Amino acid sequence: MSGALLELTDVARTFDVSPPWLDRVLERKPRALLKAVDGVSFTIARGETLGLVGESGCGKSTVARLIVGLHLPTRGTIRFDGVVLAGDGAADGASQRAARRAMQMIFQDPYASFNPRWRVADIVAEPIRARAPDTRAGAIAARVDELLAQVGLTALDGAKYPHQFSGGQRQRISIARALSTHPRFLVCDEPTSALDVSVQAQVLNLMRDLQRRLELAYLFISHNLAVVHHVADRVGVMYLGRIVEIAPTRRLFGAPQHPYTRMLLASVPDLAMSGKARTAVGGEVPNPLDPPSGCAFHPRCPHANDRCRREVPLSVAVDGGGFVACHAVAECRLPPAAALAAQNDGE
Amino acid sequence: MNGPLLAVENLSVEFPTRQGTLRAVHEISFEIGEGEVLGVVGESGAGKSLTGAAVIGLVDPPGRIGGGEVRLAGRRIDNLRYEAMRRIRGREIGAVFQDPLTSLNPLYTIGRQLVETIRTHLPLSAVEARARAIELLEEVGISAAERRIDHYPHQFSGGMRQRVVIALAIAASPKLIIADEPTTALDVSIQAQIIQLLKRLCRDHGTAVMLVTHDMGVIAETADRVAVMYAGRIVEIGPVADVIHRPAHPYTVGLMGSIPSIAVESERLAQIEGSMPRLDSVPGGCSYHPRCNRAIGRCARERPELEAVGATRAACWVAGGTRR
Repeated sequence: MSGALLELTDVARTFDVSPPWLDRVLERKPRALLKAVDGVSFTIARGETLGLVGESGCGKSTVARLIVGLHLPTRGTIRFDGVVLAGDGAADGASQRAARRAMQMIFQDPYASFNPRWRVADIVAEPIRARAPDTRAGAIAARVDELLAQVGLTALDGAKYPHQFSGGQRQRISIARALSTHPRFLVCDEPTSALDVSVQAQVLNLMRDLQRRLELAYLFISHNLAVVHHVADRVGVMYLGRIVEIAPTRRLFGAPQHPYTRMLLASVPDLAMSGKARTAVGGEVPNPLDPPSGCAFHPRCPHANDRCRREVPLSVAVDGGGFVACHAVAECRLPPAAALAAQNDGE
Repeated sequence: MNGPLLAVENLSVEFPTRQGTLRAVHEISFEIGEGEVLGVVGESGAGKSLTGAAVIGLVDPPGRIGGGEVRLAGRRIDNLRYEAMRRIRGREIGAVFQDPLTSLNPLYTIGRQLVETIRTHLPLSAVEARARAIELLEEVGISAAERRIDHYPHQFSGGMRQRVVIALAIAASPKLIIADEPTTALDVSIQAQIIQLLKRLCRDHGTAVMLVTHDMGVIAETADRVAVMYAGRIVEIGPVADVIHRPAHPYTVGLMGSIPSIAVESERLAQIEGSMPRLDSVPGGCSYHPRCNRAIGRCARERPELEAVGATRAACWVAGGTRR
């Protein structure tokens, strides 16, 4: 897609988690490499929200950190707004910095990302001071008041310290800080996971209003499928460092293809209480240091065969939009999603 | 035996501070029948965990039970001495907490911890207790139990640790289990497994469960009845289907509307303005009135009691469209 704001192509990141050199020599242990992210490709258009879901340790947060430059990829390219940030043909530092101004990040625990000894006004003003040090104090103060108003706080709140706010208000402050440099893209890593549901609703509504008004694009990372369903235009499902399925939200939730996506959807607690029995799939996420051969999901997959154990499946386009990396889907060995739902209801 | 398994009457939990005594739980009453699962929901600070802790006698000092009674199978247990309460904990009331790693001793194998618990409550020899421990581990779905019994907690994954904690809780076949956010720290696929396990154990053993959680989805799947707490009080209690689909109290209505659902597509979520009041500044009258979109003058002056509204009981002056 030419209009893409952010484009990741075959991005991988490996961490060296080997024991110290002396231990390796004495105990004859090999180096241990952890593939946190392996061959991830996706795009995000202007004003779009891409949701990224997956269980702990699947590499969601590493993707976020790769995009904002907190890690460098071991392979692949990241392009933002036409500027290559990492990989082949990476732009020089000055143009990278210029491009990165349009990108900000919101973290799960806002309190941990504030300096507790700073007043809120200084916290929100810090990015402005860092990026444009010659801004006049009056202009900064006016901008801070405007930002606080934008996230539903008052100018008076600027004089308080972070501990004087509740969790939801702190997340508003961190959104105000992220907006201070006029970004076009926000990376949100579990922004509402630490919040109560009523406060989560306030923050999600605020994020949607800001998106409409400021034409923001979001990468929204969460383990909560219902939240992702609510906010995202498209959703990517990660498992053990790879995107196994990526599709428009309605298609992904209406007709999930990959067996892992189906399992995740089946395990969401059902508020509607249709009486449907939960199909809890056994097993757990394998150790990423020693991932299974072939398709990483095969030990838990009810449809796995020999090919799944040998070959890593490639992402292929499917009817109804999106891409799926699964041999069983490619070979049409899977029952269609509708039939599967009927079968579950019958149980 | 007639009557409920657990009866809580006018229970209060308070914390003495220099600024005066703060009440975190206000004169709440509820009952749990044999084999029944009562869900207790509410947001952080609503007092739901403290209620569970008070039932099992584990309110941390300086917090204390400030009034009311807790009766287990007709016998009063809130005023028991430490040693007597210790015999009830584990034997008659089991507990499962949120973080399984802090419930297990990292220095002992899980087998040693299981055997210790079993022998504390049941007259078994060490060999018999070990056999019982292996049985328990198999029952909670740990494969190769004979080998894994000699492993340490850090060798288990989060979901497996929670299974071990559940095995500990059911070791002496208690009649009641207090489960405080048992699935909150787990991934969704593991959460589904643990919920299924809890449901199966309750059915097989006839164990009653007080399930404390903030996750309405978990309640919907597991509980028979649900109590909704706000600022230390139960604002609504009733059968789970009625509370979820036909809530009477405006807070329950708001809470339900603010939960995103996969079944429904909505542009905006219903939102409740503001946040739960702090303990030292709980408003008078109905403590929810400053955030309530249906509040009338009376709400600020008088506190409503729980009364039947439709199929549930709600503490609200305007619920059900009738101005009482």
